[in-house]
Amino acid sequence: MHRILATHDVLQSRRRFLKAAAVGLGATALGALLPGALRAQGGPRRGDPHHAPRARRVIFLFMAGAPSQLDLFDYKPDLERQFRQPLPPSVSMGQRVTAMTRGRSQLVAPSMFGFRQSPASGVWWSELLPHLSAVSDRICVVHTLNTNAINHDPAKTFICTGSEIPGKASMGAWLSYGLGSMNRDLPDFVVLTSAFWTGGKRNVQGLYSRLWGSGFLPSRHQGTAFQTVGDPVLFLSNPDGVDPAVRRRMLDAVAELNHKHQREIGDPEIRTTIAQQEMAFRMQSSVPALTDLSDEPDEVLALYGPEVHKTGSFARNCLLARRMIERDVRFVQINHRGWDHHSILPQQLPGQCFDVDQPSAALIRDLERRGLLDDTLIVFAGEFGRTVFCQGRLERDDYGRDHHPRCFSGWLAGGGIQGGIAHGRTDDFSYNVVEDPVGIHDLHATMLYLLGIDHERLTFPFQGLDQRLTGVEPARVVHEMLS
Amino acid sequence: MADLARSRTALLLLALPLAAPPVPCQSTVRFDRDVRPLLADRCFACHGRDAEQRKAGLRLDLPDGPDGAYRVRDGRAAIRPGSLADSALWDRVTSADPEFVMPPPRSHEARLDDAERAAIARWIEEGATYQAHWAFVAPVRPALPDVGDGGWCRQPLDRFVLRRLQDGGLGPNPEADRRTLIRRLTLDLTGLPPTRDEIHAFLADRSPDAYERLVDGLLARPTYGEHMARYWLDLVRFADTNGLHHDHYREMSLYRDQVIRSFNENQPYDEFVTDQLAGDLRPDATDAQQIASGFHRLHMIIDVGTALPEESLARNVIDRVTAVGTAFLGLTVQCAVCHDHKYDPIGQADFYAMSAFFNNLDAAPETGARGTTEFKRGLQPPYLEFPTPEQAAALARLETELRAASARVDELKAAVAAAAEDAGRQALDEERKVAEQTLQALRTELTNIQLAVPAAMVMKERAEPRPAYVLIRGDYARPGARVERGTPAFLPPLAATAGTPTRLDFARWLTAPDHPLTARVAVNRFWQQLFGVGLVKTSEDFGAQGEPPSHPELLDLLAVSFVESGWDVKRLLKELVMSAAYRQASAASPERFARDPENRLLARGSRFRMDAEMIRDQILASSGLLVQQLYGRSVKPPQPPGIWAAITLPDSFPRTFAADTGDAIHRRSVYTFWKRALPPPQMTILDAPSREYCTARRERTNTPLQALLLLNEREYLKAARNLAQLALADRNASTEERLEIVYETITGRLPDAVEQDVLLRTARDLHAMYAADPARCAALCEGVTLADGITPAELAAWTMVVSAIYNLDVAKTRG
Repeated sequence: MHRILATHDVLQSRRRFLKAAAVGLGATALGALLPGALRAQGGPRRGDPHHAPRARRVIFLFMAGAPSQLDLFDYKPDLERQFRQPLPPSVSMGQRVTAMTRGRSQLVAPSMFGFRQSPASGVWWSELLPHLSAVSDRICVVHTLNTNAINHDPAKTFICTGSEIPGKASMGAWLSYGLGSMNRDLPDFVVLTSAFWTGGKRNVQGLYSRLWGSGFLPSRHQGTAFQTVGDPVLFLSNPDGVDPAVRRRMLDAVAELNHKHQREIGDPEIRTTIAQQEMAFRMQSSVPALTDLSDEPDEVLALYGPEVHKTGSFARNCLLARRMIERDVRFVQINHRGWDHHSILPQQLPGQCFDVDQPSAALIRDLERRGLLDDTLIVFAGEFGRTVFCQGRLERDDYGRDHHPRCFSGWLAGGGIQGGIAHGRTDDFSYNVVEDPVGIHDLHATMLYLLGIDHERLTFPFQGLDQRLTGVEPARVVHEMLS
Repeated sequence: MADLARSRTALLLLALPLAAPPVPCQSTVRFDRDVRPLLADRCFACHGRDAEQRKAGLRLDLPDGPDGAYRVRDGRAAIRPGSLADSALWDRVTSADPEFVMPPPRSHEARLDDAERAAIARWIEEGATYQAHWAFVAPVRPALPDVGDGGWCRQPLDRFVLRRLQDGGLGPNPEADRRTLIRRLTLDLTGLPPTRDEIHAFLADRSPDAYERLVDGLLARPTYGEHMARYWLDLVRFADTNGLHHDHYREMSLYRDQVIRSFNENQPYDEFVTDQLAGDLRPDATDAQQIASGFHRLHMIIDVGTALPEESLARNVIDRVTAVGTAFLGLTVQCAVCHDHKYDPIGQADFYAMSAFFNNLDAAPETGARGTTEFKRGLQPPYLEFPTPEQAAALARLETELRAASARVDELKAAVAAAAEDAGRQALDEERKVAEQTLQALRTELTNIQLAVPAAMVMKERAEPRPAYVLIRGDYARPGARVERGTPAFLPPLAATAGTPTRLDFARWLTAPDHPLTARVAVNRFWQQLFGVGLVKTSEDFGAQGEPPSHPELLDLLAVSFVESGWDVKRLLKELVMSAAYRQASAASPERFARDPENRLLARGSRFRMDAEMIRDQILASSGLLVQQLYGRSVKPPQPPGIWAAITLPDSFPRTFAADTGDAIHRRSVYTFWKRALPPPQMTILDAPSREYCTARRERTNTPLQALLLLNEREYLKAARNLAQLALADRNASTEERLEIVYETITGRLPDAVEQDVLLRTARDLHAMYAADPARCAALCEGVTLADGITPAELAAWTMVVSAIYNLDVAKTRG
């Protein structure tokens, strides 16, 4: 197991204080100045896991806009007979709905898509996801994810940062903070966003940099968003007229003078500046090497499907994610939009599935054959689910679905996950959880657990509280999903 | 026993964190300073004021009452003043039994260590006296401490600094040299670097009051207000978009102008705060006062369509109260949205009683959808319009013309309908078409003028106050008990009013001279701005979980003098920068840096990396590109391509980024357009906040992405090239003189022999590299007209030398 060295300034100040102890200050002073992460009794230092991790890296496939669980994962064959029937009040129980369907009738819209039992696992999968179905012996489908928020913005903020209110740290930032870096040349946390999606422009939702932000954590833990236009990392490339030789010569002068000033001024921060400038210089080669796919054999490209050749496609981002995982990037988040199917769902869902099905299955296979799946966790989820009742026009082959926070489906694969199972049960309308709910914080707690972290002990003091990804209410590690 | 007590004292001394003042040997332990932080940290989560979470019917934040710390249960008091043996708490914190010890291991709270237990033991033995939290007791002017020979001190505040240093066996650093001082002062007070002429004038001015006159001159510059406003805009989460859902445009620039003006006019801080909170309610409110009340319109807001309006309303109100808590009270009042505050005496009902002051905006809780002129203007009622005289005249003219044109169309329509004969009818119809075209043209003209008319969203009360309720678990859909407007009981009472108290009453309450928080919170932020870290480091939290002040009496001195001076901000800043503490040199031995990395003891001058805006503004100013123009709408300097388009919605307004051109891209960063969903990366990479919520202090990190930004940002490189051109323009200057010009312009210093040698060697090497590669050279010099005698290789080489200087740690740092 790798032992990861944290370089955070807390440790710096810890060292400083241990030094201070030698000049007369009690080492016990330390306790009062360290955040909860370090102070927790018997707890490990930051950078060390709390227990043996099952996974060391994470890929979060974020389906922004909320895919329909009813058409993709949560098979409800009996709904066929309920077409255009009102949703029984005993099911909906007066639950709030959005402003878009408030006061409207709630008529059942069965999925028009077929479901098949995967030969690989026996789990039911929509016909729209054949590639994933074929590798579903590696996958744990969860049918009972649930969230508090009913609108996109707060719900996305919740699943990405553990709180509906902006200002908290995102999952990747927590892991960067909690576990530190595993490589010298790349960021800990990278964000890739599809530049297009096949579902068209009608059912799209926005993204916000807070979804990969560091919130109250130091900003170095924020996700680095890779761009599909221009430099993959902002300001990575040398401007026109500056080539690597010029840059090197100029940086040598900068380093020489920075060293001189460090000696004169004494401030250790200058040494950090020097180190970061050198890291920046290395990134100027390491990032292009990462994003240059010319060394990928055709056979690998084919695995990810035809879209892999298009810059900014989900398929290409999946391949890039694999290359980042190989280079020990801790957390990769891929955002894919276009799932907000309030209308014309049957027209648009197949395209969305075309975007994600083959590439995400390829990601599983590709990681597996490289021996990386065992310690890489993949999580696929939107911010909530969609209603069984129709929004707008309702035909057998034309319907839309509104937001539904009370239950939705996603899947996990890789490090520590029990493949070939479906976890949790919803009612006949995929409206309420019947068995084994998995709240967003339970999902977070489980992810952290797999990374070797006790979610109650990964904390950061802010605004008078020891903040946690999983908030203040109890959260549960869902051991039933684990191998 | 005496020995034991002594050894405890010794342990206690060792235990004191650096930030707390050392305890003189004979002193008793102080609850406020030494004990409450321990109880708050380890115990209050289960034994605090939140009755719902309270375990074993015991609260340790209060001595008395049925659950209070002195209460007796099963024959034993939790705490018996004067007796460890009779205090159950002592058994629990010293137990070795994991089932019995407090805090319980499952809480993941650390056990009390020896020194912490010693503090508690001593406190109990000495009577277990409780005190109010320091920040909730009004400050009084402290006696000046004895510092022996106080020759070093220039201001009363210096005596507190010196005393603290003496107690720690330290002495202050010598005063910084004059070049450092003028750069530090100019950056701190105006956000811009001094020019070479200003540096030379200051060096030449040997009069005894040269420094003071420099300070006065800087405080009088209009750039001072711009600089001060920038900090305020972080605090109040000022931005140019709504921040939620579509993240549409939101026009608040007149608010920014008003903040700049207020600082430049040195409006007393209590008046400034009153305008922010209740300018609209002032008798005969001026335009400026109403615009300032736009403070209440700065929260994030969702556009109509998906959310439930009642939920949006609740969110807006909670956000407003949170902002008041962070910006003025320095309290985390938002912790009481769902339940009683665990650490501070703010009940959930207190939060909603405060919310009753701020829930009565006469506006929809969500902004409008696309299409209207109002939408394109980024406005949502209520707002005030401020047309220029020309615009007003044009609007008046158009009103008349539109009325006439409209009447003419109606008239012709009627005539067409009435006309019988074909030819006449056709002619009339032609005439109608022309009249309608005229009408349409007038309407377009009207829209165009309206789009340009400045307007400000303001606060305005509804006639009938909205009732306020405690929201159970903070859920808008679960209103509990109704609450009336009120302020938390642990703070001074709200002055009695005839009817329902208003926001103006709230503002008067907040700015009353005996309010324990308002002045302390404000002076601490100004201190933070000048020294890098506040006297209270957690400048957003003065509550029990905040960090105690490094120099409590100094903070009180500043707060009391601030109020007595009539809340005079410029006077306060002058008091700070005139001090000997401020004027110290920032260089020190590595041991000194290691001992006090954040310079909380002030044994040296502070040294910290400048904020993103200052770095950019410095580059623009020093390279000669800065366009100094006060006020106006936000501007869009170039960004890397495609970054908005990657995240916006098809209907977001604006959806894609279109950079401005000309002067607009060289204005100060305080005017840069701020899209909350994706703020300018040149700013956020250097730790600027998103402006989604109130930010009282920024992080300061040091990352490779920052290095990439400063190395490769195209506009910054163009600025370097501009400065290189200026330095090369004088053909009579020697190479050494050129280097002096650029080095002094950027760093405020002259290069010494080593610096000169390194940089001139670099210039020579780069010159050779560029001369050998005309294409590379042409690429760097593209778009530049070279002055006579300057070769492209020369310009290219010097551009990179200037860029190298901009990338030095000393250039991005205020030392």
